[in-house]
Amino acid sequence: MPLDKSIKKIMVIGSGPIVIGQAAEFDYAGTQALRALKEEGIEIVLVNSNPATIMTDKAMADKIYIEPLTLTTVERIIEKEKPDSILSGLGGQTGLNLCMQLAKSGFLDSHGIKLLGASPETIDKAEDRQMFKDTMESIGQPVIPSDVVCDVEGAFAFADEIGYPVIVRPAFTLGGSGGGIANNKDELGEIAETGIAVSPIHQILVEKSIAGWKEIEFEVIRDSVGNAITVCSMENFDPVGIHTGDSIVIAPTVTLADKEYQMLRTAALNIIEALGVEGGCNCQFALCPDSFEYAVIEVNPRVSRSSALASKATGYPIAKVATKIAIGYTLDEIPNAVTGKTFAAFEPTLDYVAVKFPKWAFDKFVYAKRDLGTQMKATGEVMSIADSFEMAIMKAVRGAEISLDTLNLPKLFNLSADEIRNMLHTTTDERLFVVFEALKKDITCEEINEITKIDKWFLYKLKNLVNYEKKLSEGLTEDIYIQGKRLGYTDKAIERICGEKVTYSLAPTYKMVDTCAGEFSAQTPYFYHTFNTQISGGENEALKLIEHSQKPRVVVLGSGPIRIGQGIEFDYSSVHCVWTLKKLGYEVIIINNNPETVSTDFDTADRLYFEPLTPEDVMNIIKIEKPVGIIVSFGGGTAIKLTKHLAENNVNIIGTSADSIDMAEDRERFDELLEQLHINRPKGFTVMTTEEALDAAHKVSYPVLMRPSYVLGGQNMIIAFSDDDIKEYMEIILST
Amino acid sequence: MSDKAYLILENGKVFEGKSFGAKGTVIAEVVFATGMTGYLETLTDKSYYGQMVVQTFPLIGNYGIIRSDFESKNIHMSAYIVNQWCEEPSNFRSGGNLDAFLMEQQIVGLYDIDTRALVRIIRENGVMNGMITNSLNDIDFSKISGYKVQNAVSSVSAKEAYTVKEDNAKYKVALMDFGLKDNIVRELVKRGCEVTVLPYNTSADEIIKLSPDGIMLSNGPGDPAENVEIIECLKKLTQTKIPMFGICLGHQLLALANGCKTSKLKYGHRGANQPVKDLTTGRVYITSQNHGYAVESNSIDESIADEVFVNVNDSTCEGITYKNAPVFTVQFHPEACGGPKDTSFLFDRFIKMMGVSDNAVR
Repeated sequence: MPLDKSIKKIMVIGSGPIVIGQAAEFDYAGTQALRALKEEGIEIVLVNSNPATIMTDKAMADKIYIEPLTLTTVERIIEKEKPDSILSGLGGQTGLNLCMQLAKSGFLDSHGIKLLGASPETIDKAEDRQMFKDTMESIGQPVIPSDVVCDVEGAFAFADEIGYPVIVRPAFTLGGSGGGIANNKDELGEIAETGIAVSPIHQILVEKSIAGWKEIEFEVIRDSVGNAITVCSMENFDPVGIHTGDSIVIAPTVTLADKEYQMLRTAALNIIEALGVEGGCNCQFALCPDSFEYAVIEVNPRVSRSSALASKATGYPIAKVATKIAIGYTLDEIPNAVTGKTFAAFEPTLDYVAVKFPKWAFDKFVYAKRDLGTQMKATGEVMSIADSFEMAIMKAVRGAEISLDTLNLPKLFNLSADEIRNMLHTTTDERLFVVFEALKKDITCEEINEITKIDKWFLYKLKNLVNYEKKLSEGLTEDIYIQGKRLGYTDKAIERICGEKVTYSLAPTYKMVDTCAGEFSAQTPYFYHTFNTQISGGENEALKLIEHSQKPRVVVLGSGPIRIGQGIEFDYSSVHCVWTLKKLGYEVIIINNNPETVSTDFDTADRLYFEPLTPEDVMNIIKIEKPVGIIVSFGGGTAIKLTKHLAENNVNIIGTSADSIDMAEDRERFDELLEQLHINRPKGFTVMTTEEALDAAHKVSYPVLMRPSYVLGGQNMIIAFSDDDIKEYMEIILST
Repeated sequence: MSDKAYLILENGKVFEGKSFGAKGTVIAEVVFATGMTGYLETLTDKSYYGQMVVQTFPLIGNYGIIRSDFESKNIHMSAYIVNQWCEEPSNFRSGGNLDAFLMEQQIVGLYDIDTRALVRIIRENGVMNGMITNSLNDIDFSKISGYKVQNAVSSVSAKEAYTVKEDNAKYKVALMDFGLKDNIVRELVKRGCEVTVLPYNTSADEIIKLSPDGIMLSNGPGDPAENVEIIECLKKLTQTKIPMFGICLGHQLLALANGCKTSKLKYGHRGANQPVKDLTTGRVYITSQNHGYAVESNSIDESIADEVFVNVNDSTCEGITYKNAPVFTVQFHPEACGGPKDTSFLFDRFIKMMGVSDNAVR
């Protein structure tokens, strides 16, 4: 079915401000949707309250309302603009809820407006806990024993029936907010009360805890005639119990045999059919690790954080395709932009793995509780692509900007095996590193699996890294060097572990993300690196594109994962930088590792390298791209931190020089500058140790403000009132 | 540390990798398979006879060896090429790893090469022959380029007829084994069929004598046009009006028996993500495929048959329905394993055909 010609003017609702669980990915999805509509010549009215987005750019829509996302505002805009349709499903939970309210109140009908994308029935079937359960039961899909209750007494009664622990999930909330796991009646009372309070319809779901099962996700797309495909499968490193937004995720699934994979894939297709979704949908499953038993956890009938990840992991533009479906097209009519030859009606197949690693804000809040559970705490994420899990996790960690370039977390080194063993029982943002330390301390994969329920597949792979580091520490040979590169170690990390200077070299082989594992020739300028030696046939696919380039090249650095103080606004500016350079006749190369962004859409720049923003990774790209210059000023602190290294390697930095940047960021140099210019400022000292800090504090007298160099958004800043405050703070700071 | 091993392509390109499984020298046609899961089904698929298979997904063997997932008892391909194989698999059904299994089956394995680079060569140049060996001395290129997959069907077909059934089977199906995947049998038995698997050279008269309610033509390896005798047999069987359902090679052979032509694709379809469109309904299904040859669409005589399925990617023929008899065939694998089950309803269609046909036992 081709384009629905009756659609002339569409209203699109954005997702509003960035909150945990609803971040930049909706700007990415929204921007794709607007472009897809523009291509068709449809007039667009956009409502979004978040101005720090690409989608609210003038060129993106015909009319843009930067207004609060409330029912009355949206109704008023509809009355003024008179669109003939409204698109649900691309504005996150906020947009979806608004569309549903507009539909249910009869407002859309009375104004003759079509709701495109997910219908109210679909939304209800997926979001209303009871209707979801009934729908799943009607098509024979197993769900976790659960009951919808509206008061604490009801929660107690049901928990007594199914036994503790139970999970509480409030209805119609985002990122699992207000929910949690209750191990006993006391905890349930507390969590249920909060949950009921935060749910807009004062309803919670109490369900049996299946903590320890594998958590598997499928991204599915269906069109109006019922064609349905799965875009991507994903497996969580952390088992059920930890919000998928807080979990390390690998795509595709790796521990499922074809029988289990097809069982869940078929289930996902049956679910999307039963819900009648037209567009994208995310299905989450729990799979018992010891049998074929599974349960449907949740379904999101809209584009989501997972669909952004799936799009970047596969190269399949879910938001764009979902939009085309909403306006009438079927999957076999929508061309696959990656190959140009095939259509959207196919399933991407990967010849690599993609790993997502969450970015938490605990570094901003020194005293925050670091425990993870059913409520999402991550503010952002990075993704990495490689041909092994080992290299992918190494790339993800060093790109997450947590001051690590391997999985060794220094503050764990001096703990005993027993202390580490105890730490395995609690889940925090540092879980991966605790597991790694446990393996280093010879706690077996079997025991760790017993305690954490993390699948042994992942543990054996981490063990490979432990074994490698042990071997490396005994001395470096060329074979060991190559092995290290293939496992994802930087030269600097190799040198640190073996204590020798690296004298070998191996150039990375850049590979294309093409949705089809090389089956069709693709023109996507979307690359990641692996290491393949010349003799093993190693081929660098980026070189051909570089050879053909006619224009001067400029590299733009992205801003990495979203965190407090470095949000979507940096993506906004890097994307605009790319566009402006393109207009000025440059060939623009972007390097970034954040899957939630517009900058990592493969058609934003001329070439995209999905790589960590670290000295070695960036320099490797510069070596082959040979740009006339590099722009760091739009990549936030992430790019700024690289300036010095780039300048030392004679890379031409366009804009403010490395030296000037250092002068502004380095507390001591900045101090000197102010002194020189006779500008008044609070008295301060740069300190490196606890003793120096105490000394300085005594000199300026309490209270004192403590803040590290090269940070933004007040990261790790505190006010100390006593020596004890300083000692505690310095201990935390020096250990990270 | 593993021994060095080399893959030498007939165009002269050499990949140095490492050896796993059995050691030795082997020459075969190099093809690539794009499924991300399903390596056990791929390894035990008889349609790969005479070929060495390179997996595009880099991590193979993750869930170990699960014998109940096999599509035949043994490996029939000539060699297996992966980027990395998993030493420590993890799955509740896993029994052993890939290396040990290839060793047990005496199949040569090669790993640690740039598999994507290899796939790109095959994609650009078409399927070509290759040799895996442990030494680069005395390479006879004429031997490599002269290799041809031959007598494929006779090598993998059952030597004797056998019957598989459960109690209260409703329909008798004669299944011609050209190199069948066991799941074809399972899908039929599951739907109440008594399945008699017949060697490829069973004559039409013998089959008719069994008075089956339906005839199933299996998948299999090699160049379809080579199987002259089978094609003759199928010509006779089409006259009987017994319901017939063909898959993959079975589809090609029946098309040849009805005057169509087949030809070799540049690099074939081997994967679990192939989109196929049903021209009668407009619906698109994702299918599992493994074939190097295809029926030429323009060779189908419209007076006797219709092309009803086409590949969405390259428009090649994916299915034919015949007009004068209850007969239909598909190029893809509705029995899946590995791959999606989206078209398993075709088995129901076959069962329904037998239900309305006169021969059915009721």
